[in-house]
This record gives sequence, C-alpha cells and structure tokens, in this order.
Amino acid sequence: MRGAPLRVYCAAIAAIVFCALSTFAFAFDFPPLTGRVVDQANIMTPQSRAAVETKLKDLEDKSSIQLVVATVKSLQGGDIETFANELFRYWKLGEAKKNNGVLLLVAPAEHKVRIEVGYGLEGTLTDALSSVIIQSAVLPRFKANDFSGGIQAGVDGIISVLSGDTADWQRKVAVRQDDSGSLFNLLFPLLFFGVFVFVFVQMVRTERGAPGRYVRRNGRTVFVPFPGGSWGGFGSSGWGGGSSGGGFDGGFSGGGGSSGGGGASGSW
Amino acid sequence: MRAIVMRIRAALAVIGIGLTLSACGYNTIPTLQEQAKARWSDVQNQYQRRADLIPNLVATVQGYAAQEKSVLTAVVEARAKATQVKVSVDDLTDPAKLKAFQDAQNQLSGALGRLLAVTENYPDLKSNANFLALQSQLEGTENRIAVARRDYIEAVRVYNTSLRTFPTVIWAKTFFTDAKPMAEFTANEGAEKPPTVKF
Repeated sequence: MRGAPLRVYCAAIAAIVFCALSTFAFAFDFPPLTGRVVDQANIMTPQSRAAVETKLKDLEDKSSIQLVVATVKSLQGGDIETFANELFRYWKLGEAKKNNGVLLLVAPAEHKVRIEVGYGLEGTLTDALSSVIIQSAVLPRFKANDFSGGIQAGVDGIISVLSGDTADWQRKVAVRQDDSGSLFNLLFPLLFFGVFVFVFVQMVRTERGAPGRYVRRNGRTVFVPFPGGSWGGFGSSGWGGGSSGGGFDGGFSGGGGSSGGGGASGSW
Repeated sequence: MRAIVMRIRAALAVIGIGLTLSACGYNTIPTLQEQAKARWSDVQNQYQRRADLIPNLVATVQGYAAQEKSVLTAVVEARAKATQVKVSVDDLTDPAKLKAFQDAQNQLSGALGRLLAVTENYPDLKSNANFLALQSQLEGTENRIAVARRDYIEAVRVYNTSLRTFPTVIWAKTFFTDAKPMAEFTANEGAEKPPTVKF
C-alpha cells in the first residue's frame, strides 16, 4: 500500500520536469526583432542602415521574401550555424506556408558571418551561391573593417540572386509545406464527429432502453462527466501555436517561416 | 416526451465526452509520433543528399589527385555501405538499428573528412570552381544534417516524454499501448562533422 503514493509523487515530479524542459526550446538569448536591420553589435553607419532597410522593404513588397540583417554582440558560445538557425526560427522569418525568409547574420566578435536560407528558398539561393556571395562580396570588405559596405554588398548579392530572373525563379521556388496537418490529423476529427452523429441518431431512434445503455454497448466503461464539471481544467499539452516573442516595433514581424540549415558561412 | 429529452441529453453527453477526450490530449500521442517520424524522414533525406553529392565530389577530386587512390576508394566504399543501411519509420523504436545507421554514416563522415584533408595538398583542385561549389554544398548538407538531427532528437524527446507524463500517459497506457518510446541518437556530434584542417 505504501507504493501507491510514491508512484503518484513520481508522476507529479515527471510532470514538473516536463513543464520545465519544454521551456528550454531555445538555448540562446536572442535580441528582439525590432526591424529589418537589427544592429545589436552596432557596426553599421546610420546611412547604410537606412539604405539597407529600404532595399529589404522593396524586396518584400515585390516578392514577399523576408530578408533580415542581424549583427550580434556575441554568439554566446555556440557556432554560427546553430545560432543562425535558432535565431531564424525564433524570429520566424518568411511566410509560414512558403518559408521564404533569409537571414544575414554577422558576429563581429567571433569574426563569423552566415547567410541562413529558409526552406522555401533553398532551391534559389543555394549553398553554393550563398558561399560565393560571402566569399566574394562580403568577406573582402569585412577584412578591411568595412562592415557597412560588406553588409550592403551581401544584401545586394542576395537580392540579385533572389530576383535575378523573376519569371524563372517564381517557378523554381519550391514551396515546402510544414507538415502540421497530416492526413490522419485532418480525418480524425471527422471520424470522431461521424461516430457521434451515428450514436446520436441511433439513440434518438431507439424506442426502448434507459439512457445509460448505449454506454455499455461498446464494452467499455465510460465515465460520464456531469455538465459543468471540472473537466475543462485539464487542457492538453501546449500546442498553442507559434506564440511569437513580442517586441515588434513599427509593425514588423516574422511571418512564421522556418529554416533547416540551408545557406553558407564564412569567417575573416 | 420526457424519454426523448433524456435521450437527447444523453447523446449530448456522449459528444461532451468526445470533446473532453480530445481536450485531454487523446490526439497528442499520435500527433507527436507522426511528427517524430517526419523528422526522421528529414534526417534520412539529408544523409541521402550527402550520399548523392559524393560521386560528383569523388570524380572531381580524381581529376586532380588520382594518386590518392586509397582515400578515394575508402569514401566510395563507405558511401556504398552507408546507403545500404536504411531505418524505416517503424524501426525507430529499435536502438540497434539506429546505431547501425549512425555507425555507417559516421564511417562515411570519417572517410569524407580524410578526403577533404587530402585535397588541401592540391592547390589546383582547391581553386577549381566546381570543387568549391561541391565543397560548399557538402558543408551545407552537413549543416542540414546537424539541424535535422537536432529536430529529430527534440521531436523524440517530446514524444517519449508524452508517453511517461500526465495526462498523456493515461492514453499511452490505455489506447496506445503499442506506442513505444523511440530510440534517441547517441549524440556523437563531433564525428558527424568532417574535421576542418587548416595549415
């Protein structure tokens, strides 16, 4: 008899651990997405920042592609690939369905730069092209400590690849849908609903029988909650959708896109 | 008349139970299971992508460094072995199969690392545009593999946790007794990336 309460304690502790673990989705402390250029490391001149912002806005207006430039003070001990990927997902760049976001990340303290490409643009802005942009346009300027120039050149390169042949790249952009709704998940509620309608019709049609009988027909003991009971308190585990981290100034925010590590990195 | 009202009320109660079932996470376990399986497909796709790049890479290197025969054949053999080991989504609960997959891929990673190290000795090869493109694609693929693995590990962690924690454990023990925990990767991140050699 002493085992039962112990097991309850274990379950409670496991539940608490689960809650604690699920909050550790991101290992880094990311800056908020305050605009199309997030210059946390403060390495860009105001003029070039404004110029780049205009270009990025033009790109999104024309093609709906969300390109964001970020400079960070520190990679917080991670490598730039991991950091860029998680930052991209934290900001949810690009549209959710098209995953058409691009992140140009500069970490001056670690002398690292990366172009992180959303799933939907991997076919256009390939790893090889990203690498060429970094090696030929960005790094030479960064080596000369011209961060503004390097970022501008990198943005120009990315934009020219993305909009190089408009007619052609519209076709080439393979849209990778998120598998949030598999066929099973789509059909299951319908199935459930069908069963309910069936049971409902059966019961209204039945002439005889106490209201409880159908419950036993399934061969399972079904617990009937009283209306207004406290079952609502359970709530399923957190599938609350992408609750994006707030702090968006000027109405700019990510569209729900994701990335899977496409792109290229460089160091100087 | 009263009987009909009772029956309708009972029917509504059944609907209520159904809604409560899904609110209590009846769907959670199958959903998480499907998600983990999808993440595994991603992992396998990215490894496949790497395997697809290798013949091209080997051919390019061969043009410049044909004398490095042993390194090249090691890559080709490791690739052949790695592409044979496949883990279907139904085998994910079997740690041994996952380990065999990982071992084969690690073998290939090692062979690739040695090949890339050797290429450092051939300046002509290193400035070849085709080789540079292949190299950046290979780097990108290694990075995608790392992301896909991370996503899979996370999906499996969430799924396995759901099998053991309240309230989903109720469903695990009643309706989804066939849902077994999936095997984690034995995290061996270092072996996954080819060593970067600098002179």
